[in-house]
Order: sequence, then structure tokens, then C-alpha cells
Amino acid sequence: MGQIKRLHEKLTAREITCVELTQRFLDAIENSNKELNAYITVTPETALAQAKAVDEKIARGEEIGLLEGIPMTLKDNISTKGIATTCASRILTGYKPIYDATVYELLLKEGVVMLGKTNMDEFAMGSSCETSCFGGAKNPHSLDHVAGGSSGGAASAVGANLAVYGLGSDTGGSIRQPASFCGIVGLKPTYGAVSRYGLIAYASSFDQIGPITHDVEDAAIIFDAIAKYDERDSTSQGSEAALPTLYDAIAGKRIGIANQYLNGVREDVKDAVLEAARLYESMGAQIVYFDLPELDFALPCYYILAMAEASSNLGRYDGIRYGFKAEHYNGIHDMICRTRSEGFGKEVQRRILMGTYVLSAGYYDAYYKKAVNLRGAIVAAFDRAFEQVDAILAPTAPVTAFRSGYLFGEETDPLEQYLSDICTVPVNTAGLPAVSVPCGEDSEGLPIGMQLIGRKFDEKTILNLAWQYEQRGYQAKETKWGVKL
Amino acid sequence: MKYELVAGFETHVELQTKTKIFCSCTTAFGGDPNTHCCPVCIGLPGTLPKLNERVVEYAIMAGLATNCEIAEIAKMDRKNYCYPDLPKAYQISQYDKPLCQHGCIELSNGRRIRILRIHIEEDAGKLIHNHGDTYVDYNRGGVPLIEIVTEPDFRSVDEAKEYVERLQQIMRWIGVSDCRMQEGSMRCDVNISVRPAGSEELGTRTEIKNMNSITNIAKAMEYEYERQCELIESGGAVVQETLRYDDASGTTSSMRSKEDAHDYRYFREPDLVTIQVPRERVKEIEARLPELPDEKFARYTEAYGIPEKDAAMLTKYRRIAEYFDEACEGLKTPKTASNFIIGQIFRRLETEADKEAFAVRTTAAQLRELCKLLESGKLKNNLAKSALDKMLDSGKPVTDFVSESDMAGLDDATLTEYCKNAIAAMPAAAADYRGGKEKALMAILGNVMKQSRGRADAGAVTAKLKELLSR
Repeated sequence: MGQIKRLHEKLTAREITCVELTQRFLDAIENSNKELNAYITVTPETALAQAKAVDEKIARGEEIGLLEGIPMTLKDNISTKGIATTCASRILTGYKPIYDATVYELLLKEGVVMLGKTNMDEFAMGSSCETSCFGGAKNPHSLDHVAGGSSGGAASAVGANLAVYGLGSDTGGSIRQPASFCGIVGLKPTYGAVSRYGLIAYASSFDQIGPITHDVEDAAIIFDAIAKYDERDSTSQGSEAALPTLYDAIAGKRIGIANQYLNGVREDVKDAVLEAARLYESMGAQIVYFDLPELDFALPCYYILAMAEASSNLGRYDGIRYGFKAEHYNGIHDMICRTRSEGFGKEVQRRILMGTYVLSAGYYDAYYKKAVNLRGAIVAAFDRAFEQVDAILAPTAPVTAFRSGYLFGEETDPLEQYLSDICTVPVNTAGLPAVSVPCGEDSEGLPIGMQLIGRKFDEKTILNLAWQYEQRGYQAKETKWGVKL
Repeated sequence: MKYELVAGFETHVELQTKTKIFCSCTTAFGGDPNTHCCPVCIGLPGTLPKLNERVVEYAIMAGLATNCEIAEIAKMDRKNYCYPDLPKAYQISQYDKPLCQHGCIELSNGRRIRILRIHIEEDAGKLIHNHGDTYVDYNRGGVPLIEIVTEPDFRSVDEAKEYVERLQQIMRWIGVSDCRMQEGSMRCDVNISVRPAGSEELGTRTEIKNMNSITNIAKAMEYEYERQCELIESGGAVVQETLRYDDASGTTSSMRSKEDAHDYRYFREPDLVTIQVPRERVKEIEARLPELPDEKFARYTEAYGIPEKDAAMLTKYRRIAEYFDEACEGLKTPKTASNFIIGQIFRRLETEADKEAFAVRTTAAQLRELCKLLESGKLKNNLAKSALDKMLDSGKPVTDFVSESDMAGLDDATLTEYCKNAIAAMPAAAADYRGGKEKALMAILGNVMKQSRGRADAGAVTAKLKELLSR
């Protein structure tokens, strides 16, 4: 049984009150957050008030929903009314949204308990959480290592039992990679399955909100709760529920392995993924090896388009209406320049500049337009692959968690950070769903993750496959941190 | 050397939909600063636009009314530029797939002004300068606009003036905009160049902005035409630049040069989906369009025999034309109704705004009743005129002002009696007439009309008087 259902039973059996449960999480955060840096903002008043309401409902003998009273957390790029939402950027200093993101509204209706807002790379631009203006979140399996990024805070919090689950966002791997680094489950839904309304945009045609959880069943429960059409997001459609078929047998399913996904992947990671493939075979699934040459173009295609969109999305931070504003300036132009130079971190500025460049007159055709065409080719390549297979199995990242500071070391090429996203970005480029599950550990005991990629709006198949693996495959190790229930 | 003027127009027209283009805030003009705003139209982080379908519909109406082709598939793009009145630092507009293309408007001289495209976009907010400080009001931000771009088809300032008037007429007619230049709900930019008469090549153009009336557009174009001609005559060359028209001095001055032109870095708006316009929808919108001024003008002049000048006045505003159409239903000579409207009713509507509103107490049906009495000969023209004045004052029907006896006319005995009375009362005039002064008859005729309270037929009276005086 998954963690959410287990806690739900404890609450309904009145083994623990929701306020007690919430308080234990708040205490654990208080004790551990200095070391892990998983949370940017903790919201005890909100959480306890929500918990109290749930307890009152239970006391009245009313039935409560599965998610009711379950303590959770939101990545700090998901807007929360009256609660600071920083995107881990200096430029949003003091900004408190005046509205709730649709996902939070949906979960509020389910009666959740919101513990706080989690750390992330600045504006979700990074693969280690270290571009956060608050410093990076640490890996609960090893404080010397990063939690991954960009949703590093959510992965660290869930991995360290400082929340039952968290919502993250995945633009180029930002849910799956940190989930993989922290030994937990992360689902990136199909583009359009979950409303983006209230998610502070990095790259609008890639961004997607999804759950980071302890187990696959929890991921399915959260997904079913948030994958709804939202009239405020024209690109949203909702999706089919995953829970009804989660526990089905998988015999006869065809799982593809694209040779290109294994190129350049560290041996121990590759072995863990192939081991999982063998397990699937033993469960009656068919493994199909095939080529997906277009994958080689996914990384440049992704970075060109994502940076182009980011350069436009981040234009609004000018110091005029909200957030940080430079102290000394001479005139409006100077004010905007200084505000942006002082308010944005280095990586964000790098991406804004490159994004502006690829959209500029004279370069547009060579970069942006070419990337748009490539994106079409990648979408078509995946479509062809899914004519043969029901899901694609691949490593989530070519390596395990980086040592803290490694990506930004003197001798490290900035390109290395981008290259580390090679396994995750094709999914975002094609708008597909993918779930990362733990499938092993390296010699240092750091978790290895694998991802199952599905057809558009077919989260139910990949979650079903992931759940079956979870039952018989690698069992993720618990960390020493947080609330043990 | 003689130079020919070549000009093209880019016109922004604010659509009068109830709500903004991407959110449900009101589009009402005015309001306290920043009260017609929400998270979406002030571009708060995380918000997303939602396209108002009514905006698409209005743009299609504008396209159909200007003979455009309507795209089956269109999309929105981002136009990136940084200015405090633009809270997202990009304007959502249309770049390479506009809703309408390849239309035209025909001018009275028979020349066609080709319309290159009509696209939809959002308006920006407004900067307010006060005591050295600058404030931003985002009420106008997100108000829907259409931009109507013509080919460089204008050859004179008069053509330009007529085009702007026609555009206003059409947009108001179909109800998509009030096109008030003073309030900024219609804004024109003019691209202008000159070339030696007879040349086919286009000269270097300048773009003039900031003209808030048709008079100013004309003045600015005249000034700029002269300036460019003189520049070339004196051996200089026109520099491609954007100019600002200054109303006070009647001159243009440089805003920015070509080198400073923005690179807008257009790209597809990822937050909105493709706009699909099924052909059935276009047909349905077309069916709902009212008869357009051009069509009415043709009907009035050709089928009704109304002079062009009068037909132009009747079709200037939709209310007038519709009033006229209703008034002349079933009339043998619609011109009767037209004459009353242009003569007596217009005299009471002094301003253009009055004419546009056309608030008249007499209903079209009441006017028709009057016209019918006139047509049947029951009512004489002068009596009808005085009756209409009373009708317009009171809103009451014609039957309240003319009696049965008024309509019965005069028998010959009474007519003879009135005529005799008149001759007796005006011996000097009678003598003059007999002495050869034809005009003197008019004075006697007036006396007869007075006695008959307008019931007499002027022709019959004249004949009777001539008969009596020749004895």
C-alpha cells in the first residue's frame, strides 16, 4: 500500500489526528531544513488551520477524501495567494501572489495540508537546484550531493520525509531528475494534462506540473486529482485517470528501449535499467530494441526553444509593479537594466541572453525556426516508435546525483549542465508523459532512476508499468530524516 | 518637377466587445486608474491568456465588411518589446497568420484601396505624467484591437481623408467600434513617400504617428509631402524614419531612425492554441451582417433614383439609413421620405454626433403615413411640411395636425371666391400683373394660400388667378 492510503487509514481510524500529523512534519522541517535547505517558505499557520478543519470533519463523523489532511508541499514557482512565491529568485523579493494556481485550488478542494514552498533552481533553470538564490537543496541520501533540479527542494523534502508528497514542475526533466537523484518517484504528465495557470513560466510550451512522491500509487492518486481541464489554460485538456488500471497485470505489454538513450550513460546506470528490462520480461512484457536517431537533436532543439520562450516570459520582471527594484538608478531605462542585472542570477541571465539571440533578426532562421522544425521531427519519431511499443524505458539521468558545486566548478564547462539533461528533455520536446522510479544505487549508495515514457495522455499505462516494477524490483532505501510513520 | 504622393495606412481600431481580449475585465473607457484590471491583464507571473471568441467574431465582421478573405487557420504571436505600459513586455498580436487578408475599400473616385491584412491584438496601458512623476494606468491594457493595414495605394490627401471616413463609417455601421479618434479608439499611422509623377518605383518612406483627427492627418500628410518634395528638389534624400506629428506647430519631427527600429523577435504565443475558423462560421457571421453602406447607396441611387449626394447623407450612419428604409416601405416614391429626412429632420440635428444618434421623436412609421398622404394627393406639400414640424416637436402622428377638411381639398366655388378676395385685397399687385409683371402673381397667390390655410393646390390657384385677371 502506498503512503497516502496508509496515512489516510491512520487518520480515519483516529490513530493520529491531522493536527498531530501536521505538527510532526512541521517539527521535522524545523529540525532538518537548515541542513537540507528543502523549503524556502514554511507555512505553519496555513498548515495547522487546514489540519484543524480536517480533524473537525473527522470528529463530526464525516467521511474524508484520500488526500484530505495529507501534508504536502508546493514548488516555489506555483502561485499561492498571500504566500510568498519566489521562484528562488532575488527579483521576486517581496512578491506575494493575489491568486492561487489552479493545481493548488484543486488540492485545496481535496482538503490538503500545505506545509510550505520548496526550493528550486532560479526560475526552474538548472539541474542541481544550485542556481537558487537561497542556495541549493541537499540530497537526503548524502549531504555532499545535490538533490537535483530544478525541483530539488520538493525531491529533498519528500526523500527526507519532510512532506508526504510535493508538486514540482518539469520543463526539461525538473521533476524526474531530482526524483531519480533522491530515490523517489516523479511524474511528468503529458503537456496539457495539468493546468499551468499559476505556474510561473519558464518555457511555456514545455512546462508541466506533476507530483513527486514516495511511491507510484501516490503519484497516480495525485495525478488523478490534478489532471483536469481548466478553462483558464487554453492548452489544458485533462487526462484519463490512472488509478483504475494501476494494479493490472502487464503481460503482453511491449516496452521499447531506444539504443540512443543508452549512449553516454554511465555503466552502472545502464546496467540498472537493463536489469529492470529483464524483470519486465520475466513478468511477461516484451522488450523491443529500436533506434531513435532524432534523439541526438533533442538537446539543442530543447535549449533553443526553451531559452527563446524564457527570454520573453521573463521580460515582465522590470521592478515597476512588484518584486525587487534596484536601489540606485538614473531614469526608467537604467532602472530596468539595473533591476534585471541585480535581480536575476547568472544562469537566468545567460538563458535570457541566448534566448534573445536565437529570436533576433538575422539569427531566427538559423536557430529558432530550425529548432521548431526539429521539434516536429522529434514528435513524429516518437509517434512512429509508439506504433511498435506501449512505453519506452530509459535512464532518467546518465549519472547519479552530482557532488555539490560540481556543475559550477572553475573547470566545469557550463555545457556539462545542459548535457546532463540529455535523457529527460526529449519527453518535454515531444510533450509526452514520463515517470521516474528508483531502480538501483551506485557504489556510494546514491539512487539510480529509470523512466517510463508513454503516449500522449496515456499516463495510466506508464504508471501501471511503474507500479508493477515497484512491487518486485529495486526497493528504494529510506533516508534517516524526517517523520517515520 | 511634379511629384506624386504615395501613402499607406496602418489603422488601429478598438473593438467594443464587453470584455477584454484575454480576460473578463470590462473594456469601458475611463474609470479610476487600474480599476479595470485583473491578474491576467496586468500580466502577473503565472497567469495565462484566454482568447475572447467575440474578438475573433468582430474581426471577421470587419474583414467581411472590407471584402477580405478570412483565414481558416490563424494563430497568435508574441511581439516582444519593453515599455512600462506593456506589463508582460510582449504584446500578444498576430504576425504571419492574420485573421483577414486581401480586402479592399472602394473610394468615390472609383479607385480601390487594397487592404493587405487585418489582425487582432491587445492594447497597452497608458502612461500618465504628473508633476515630474510617471504613473501607469493599465485599464486600457488588454482592450482588443484590430490593426488594418493597407497597401501603399493612396495618391492624394483627399483619398486618405475619404478612406478614414469610410473606415469609420463601416466599423460603426457593423457595430464593432465607435472609432473615436479623440478618445483613441481609432488611431492612424501613415506611411508616406513621393516620387516623380509617372514613375513606378516607390520612394523612401517615412511613417507619421500621433495624429488624433482627420484634419490633422490631412495637415500632417500635406506637410510631409511638401517636406519630402523640397528635400529632393534641393538635392537631398528622404531618410527612412518614424515621425511624430505636432498639432500645435503643424510640423513633423523625428521619433526614431531606421537603425533604432525595434527587433520585435516575434514568435508563436505558446499559451494559446491555433485559431480555427470553420467556413460555416464565416457564413453564419456573414449572414448576420447588416446591409452595408455601399450596398444601400447603390440601392438608393439606382432603384430609388435618389441623388448621390442625398444617398451619401442617408448612408453615413446606420440609424439614418435604417430609419429611411423603414419610412419608405411601400412608398411609390421613396424620394419623398428622403427629402423630408434631409430637409426638415437634418435641420434639427446640428452636430455629427446628433446625426449619428438620430434621436427623432417622429417614428419612421409616422413619417411613412405622412408620405403616403402626400403621394395620394390628399395632402399638399406645404401643409405636409408644417405638419412634419409639429410631428417632430410632439412625437404625435400626422392625423393630430391635419383635419378631414384639410385633406378634402377645395371645391371650385370656394377657390374662385378666395381668388376674387385676393385680387380685391391687392389692387396694386393686380395692376402690376396686368401691366406685364408676371412676378406680381406670386404675392396674390400667397394671399390665396393664406386664406385656404394651405389646402389650396398652387397650380390650380395660379390657373384660376390668371383666368380671373385676364378678363
